[in-house]
Amino acid sequence: MLEARDLACWRGDRAIFAGLSFHLEAGGALLLLGANGAGKSSLLRLLAGLIPAAEGELLWEGADALADRVAHAGRLRYLSHQDALKPSLTARENLEFYAKLWGGAVAAALQAVGLADLAELPARMLSSGQKRRLALARLALAPAPLWLLDEPTVGLDAASVTRLGALLATHRAAGGAVIAATHLPLPLPGARELVL
Amino acid sequence: MRGFGAVLGREVRLALRHPADTLAAVLFFVLVCALFPFGIGPSPEILARIAPGALLAAALLAALLPLDRLFGAEAEDGSLDQLLLSGLPPSALAGAKALGHWIVTGLPLLAATPIAAAMLNLPVEAWGAAMLALGLATGVLSLFGTAGAALTLGARRGGVLLPLLVLPLSIPAVIFGAAAIEAAAAGLTPRPYLLLLAALLALAAPLAPLAAGAALRGE
Repeated sequence: MLEARDLACWRGDRAIFAGLSFHLEAGGALLLLGANGAGKSSLLRLLAGLIPAAEGELLWEGADALADRVAHAGRLRYLSHQDALKPSLTARENLEFYAKLWGGAVAAALQAVGLADLAELPARMLSSGQKRRLALARLALAPAPLWLLDEPTVGLDAASVTRLGALLATHRAAGGAVIAATHLPLPLPGARELVL
Repeated sequence: MRGFGAVLGREVRLALRHPADTLAAVLFFVLVCALFPFGIGPSPEILARIAPGALLAAALLAALLPLDRLFGAEAEDGSLDQLLLSGLPPSALAGAKALGHWIVTGLPLLAATPIAAAMLNLPVEAWGAAMLALGLATGVLSLFGTAGAALTLGARRGGVLLPLLVLPLSIPAVIFGAAAIEAAAAGLTPRPYLLLLAALLALAAPLAPLAAGAALRGE
């Protein structure tokens, strides 16, 4: 479903990575491993179409994925390092905005990350782990075939990692693919590893 | 279209949660207009003579204040990535941002126009024309300003660069806006100047979001 051929990414005149190839099938999972600065986040941003590839190509179902970046954006959910929350909006309002864009039920998504009780709390009152869970709730809103996750479990407690595992399993069972960059063990059984 | 409405609604909701930003722009506008009588002296004729230009310049400077946070705040908390991946074309995103900026900054400035106009001794007959002219001129500034904000996003001195980029582009809006108010104050019709201002707005409405979208895509 997703195939990368000889991808390269440059920052200034320094290559972060080059000659990177992989492919991902429906229901598949790919773990990006590597030291700090190895280019895991850059690769995820590149795969999302947020930064251009210096070389190589990215194919979706055999066709150039980044030719139409708006269409490509519609196929993916990207969880960045930052939680992308507005502190003055409540947890529910933060999520409602994305529900308007993508569809999906806000209450069910909050339930899926265990934040149903805190729905009316402004995001600035949430702890960092709770903010991370609220960011993860975006994944539970509406289905998208490709999830790009940058350190999804940072700050999460054990129960929340288990909930994330359930989300990931449902997503993959429905034919979704996951690419995750991480330093921590992730609940992704059968994931292939790519060391940058 | 649904995405456009969602981004616009979010802008307004965020502004209502932080009324201080809007209030700061309005107070800035009123205070700048209040400075003129102090500097020039309370002579009513001179004040009325400079009122059109002073109103326009003060309103555009006030509307400029929140512009560097337009995309800057979104980029800082990671929201910009999500907005760019929201399925909305970047130009539509920029268009929604520009309209949002006008609603949360331009409209409140219009509400404060009578106060500023009174302090500058603008004849009451010209207040209607002044509000129309300011409404159109701040609309032009919101559009050019959005393009400027997108272009200067991530620049080291973006906050300084932005006015240098946007203010020269708003010179035509100042000329036609001030001419409209002057005409109304002299008992003439401001219509031709307002139409020219509207033409400028009609030109900027498609071009500025396209430029801003291209700049955001390049980030």
